Amino acid sequence: MSWITIGEIDDIPQRGARCIKTPAGKIAVFRTADNAVYAIENRCPHKNGPLSEGIVHGAAVTCPLHNWVISLETGEALGADEGGVRTFPVRNENGLLSIALAEPALAAAE
Amino acid sequence: MTALNPQKLVIIGNGMAPGRMLEHLLEQAPGAYEVTIFNAEPRVNYDRIMLSPVLSGEKSFEQIVIHGDDWYRGHGITLHKGARVTEIDRAAKTVTSANGVTASYDKLVIATGSLPFIIPVPGHQLQGVVAYRDLDDVDHMLAAAKSGGRAIVIGAGLLGLEAAYGLKRQGMEVTVIHLMPTIMERQLDPAAAYLLEKALNERGIEIITKANTKRVLGTDKVEGIELEDGRVIEGSLVVMAVGIRPAAGLAKEAGLAVNRGIVVDDGMMTSDASIFALGECAEHRGMCYGLVAPLYESARVLADRLSGGAAEYHGSVTNTKLKVTGINLFSAGDFAEGEGREEIVLRDANAGIYKRLVLKDNRIIGAVLYGETSDGSWFFDLMKKATDISAMRDTLIFGQAYQGGTPLDPMAAVAALPDDAEICGCNGVCKGKITSAITGKGLTTLDGVRAHTKASASCGSCTGLVEQLMALTLGDSYNPAAVTPMCACTELGHDDVRRLIKAKGLKSIPAVMQELEWKTSCGCAKCRPALNYYLVCDWPDEYADDYQSRFINERVHANIQKDGTYSVVPRMWGGVTNAAELRAIADVVDKFEIPMVKVTGGQRIDLLGIEKEDLPAVWADLGKAGFISGQAYAKGLRTVKTCVGSDWCRFGTQDSTGLGIRIEKFMWGSWTPAKLKLAVSGCPRNCAEATCKDIGVICVDSGFEIHFAGAAGLDIKGTEVLGLVKTEDEALEHIVALTQMYREQARYLERIYKWAKRIGLDEIRRQILEDGEKRRAYYERFVFSQQFAQVDPWSERVSGKDKHEFKPMATVGFEAAAE
Repeated sequence: MSWITIGEIDDIPQRGARCIKTPAGKIAVFRTADNAVYAIENRCPHKNGPLSEGIVHGAAVTCPLHNWVISLETGEALGADEGGVRTFPVRNENGLLSIALAEPALAAAE
Repeated sequence: MTALNPQKLVIIGNGMAPGRMLEHLLEQAPGAYEVTIFNAEPRVNYDRIMLSPVLSGEKSFEQIVIHGDDWYRGHGITLHKGARVTEIDRAAKTVTSANGVTASYDKLVIATGSLPFIIPVPGHQLQGVVAYRDLDDVDHMLAAAKSGGRAIVIGAGLLGLEAAYGLKRQGMEVTVIHLMPTIMERQLDPAAAYLLEKALNERGIEIITKANTKRVLGTDKVEGIELEDGRVIEGSLVVMAVGIRPAAGLAKEAGLAVNRGIVVDDGMMTSDASIFALGECAEHRGMCYGLVAPLYESARVLADRLSGGAAEYHGSVTNTKLKVTGINLFSAGDFAEGEGREEIVLRDANAGIYKRLVLKDNRIIGAVLYGETSDGSWFFDLMKKATDISAMRDTLIFGQAYQGGTPLDPMAAVAALPDDAEICGCNGVCKGKITSAITGKGLTTLDGVRAHTKASASCGSCTGLVEQLMALTLGDSYNPAAVTPMCACTELGHDDVRRLIKAKGLKSIPAVMQELEWKTSCGCAKCRPALNYYLVCDWPDEYADDYQSRFINERVHANIQKDGTYSVVPRMWGGVTNAAELRAIADVVDKFEIPMVKVTGGQRIDLLGIEKEDLPAVWADLGKAGFISGQAYAKGLRTVKTCVGSDWCRFGTQDSTGLGIRIEKFMWGSWTPAKLKLAVSGCPRNCAEATCKDIGVICVDSGFEIHFAGAAGLDIKGTEVLGLVKTEDEALEHIVALTQMYREQARYLERIYKWAKRIGLDEIRRQILEDGEKRRAYYERFVFSQQFAQVDPWSERVSGKDKHEFKPMATVGFEAAAE
């Protein structure tokens, strides 16, 4: 596991998200209205919708394809839907963001 | 239909009573009279009892107009505005106005209304002292409210308290001065007055009772008032609401019999058989009325008399409701204590409920209800009919639902009302008339019932009852109590939210959520896009569009596909293109290896499978060829389909292609509640399929037939005809105005056909086709908002706007991350 700098908090709009490209797929990094930052897999458990493109409300995001609501804290689907995505630890040091990735996430996808 | 020799009918005054009288007269005896109206106010006829909501900002003047200019024109009525009649010559049978217009009459109706009473204390003529009577007074008050400060309202009657509430809502400090020990003493007993005073205090309105005004202070304008006891209250506005007196001066000068008002008999005739008096200026059996219900009743009688009938007016029993949001108050009849009178009282301090019935000889003669007024109309009905209540005396005060021993559900109260029970006091509409209209005309909406019966169409305080009646009559298909909330973040429905955004002047999403008490900190994916649209629509110049509250398609100006790629549709005006445009599209397809090119149903070309990162570069190339975004992703104007029209087609009657392009160039960029698709067909063969569009035009030899409210999606529905217009300019104006009406009124994601069904086709035709003033106002508002909307989003993003949307934040873990 290693911490990798990914950019600054102001690169992400409030109530918005940006993507990080990794060999194992995209990770979505979210910034909420109160400036909390979360990182989760950018693939909705339902039909792989890009969660980074959804509307962010509270600590949750609504998938742009079919409106599943995913918790940014746990990665689990909220409400009646079942499923989840991986979450990644994010560190915010005076606005500088870094993310902790395990080695498999860095390795090229098989 | 015109009678051979129409008589000349002249009406002095253009308030609610003569307006209603004319409606009845035109229905009963169309063409019998050539009508001329003299109006001292410089405007059309409006709903005076709704001035309070205009003052508080809950309604606009436009919303309270009863008859617009077109109504008068359409009925061939001559309306002289700003023309105060100064003389009636009974011998010559003519009237003359101050601005020199003379008209002769066979029949004359005097409806001069009333004058506000101004207390003649020193300083009463200072600038800043106003009455509360007409729209000019409201305008004065609104202007004063802009500069803030304190308003002093003299008189705590119905009007005074409504004025106080309105001024408070407009941001002023408000003090009410009242001569008597308790407020609204003519309608309320002291206990109810106490509860009302407390509720008004809680709303920040200060009330001083037993206070006699000695003088108004100030040198050139109002600075405050001094009371008899020496107290001084500072303020920049003084509203006198201490009563009205009939405006009978003109009649008196003409030699008619006048007491307090102009004396009329049961046929509303004055002492001159050719002259009638109607409304607040009239005195009938010693009574002068200031409430709308009796005036409407006598208006009906007069219309019948003028049509040759013999109807008689026998006076009215009146009741009162206060129009202050959140305060329920009902009073009727006589409730003073006295010989032979008994009372029944119910109090519930926790719930703030107080009910009192005054009985005499086992009959209700007075009722005061505070806090819970749903039984008001039942008590009022028992009172008017002088029903003997001795059998239900023990349970009477609990209301209608409790009669018969077991508690019934509240709906039973309405169900048990007899058919002749009055539901709408303002318009004198009884239960039977409403239920038969609902079943007879197949009405399913409140607006439909209002349009057909006028019930709840004036002050609106019986809306709840009317809705209960609808629920009873229609069963499960109508449920008035359940306003569907916008989403789980609020209890409010879309209509309430839209209304409150305007009324409270809310201009940002956080302001809406704070003021309307949202239950979540920043909303959800359902309410945020809706709020963003409402704010964009209502405050086009002031609101800063919140992109984080838009769906991804409207944020990146392309359509997301199932695999996360996007599709791009450039605008092709009216579906017309050329070699250069097609060549540019072909080049873009090659350069970006676009996997799919498809012709859409809206007569343009869709490029599918584009990676998000490539979007700005694709747009840059398309932009060089002159393309702008087709907004195929927008809840906004999409396409205007056309056929080739008179330029090519042997059947074409007009230049449908040209009109379609003109409409699209005028309307592109506008946001609407849901997508908006248009079409223009050059003849009734309808090759552009205009009769299943949101708005469509069918060209014919004599002009342009405008259609709307079609659907060809989840539902299939042919359009409704709005009307036929002669020129392209008129067609454009009607289409734009209709769109703006829809923009302002519909709920987010509600297509035009659903909106139209909800509010009624007749209402739309009335506002867009018949009322030219309304139409032009809608048109102007659309044009205003277009200044801010017609910016091509693609070229903005090519120039660097929202760069973050199109690039990953970082690329990690690749061996040699390409820079």
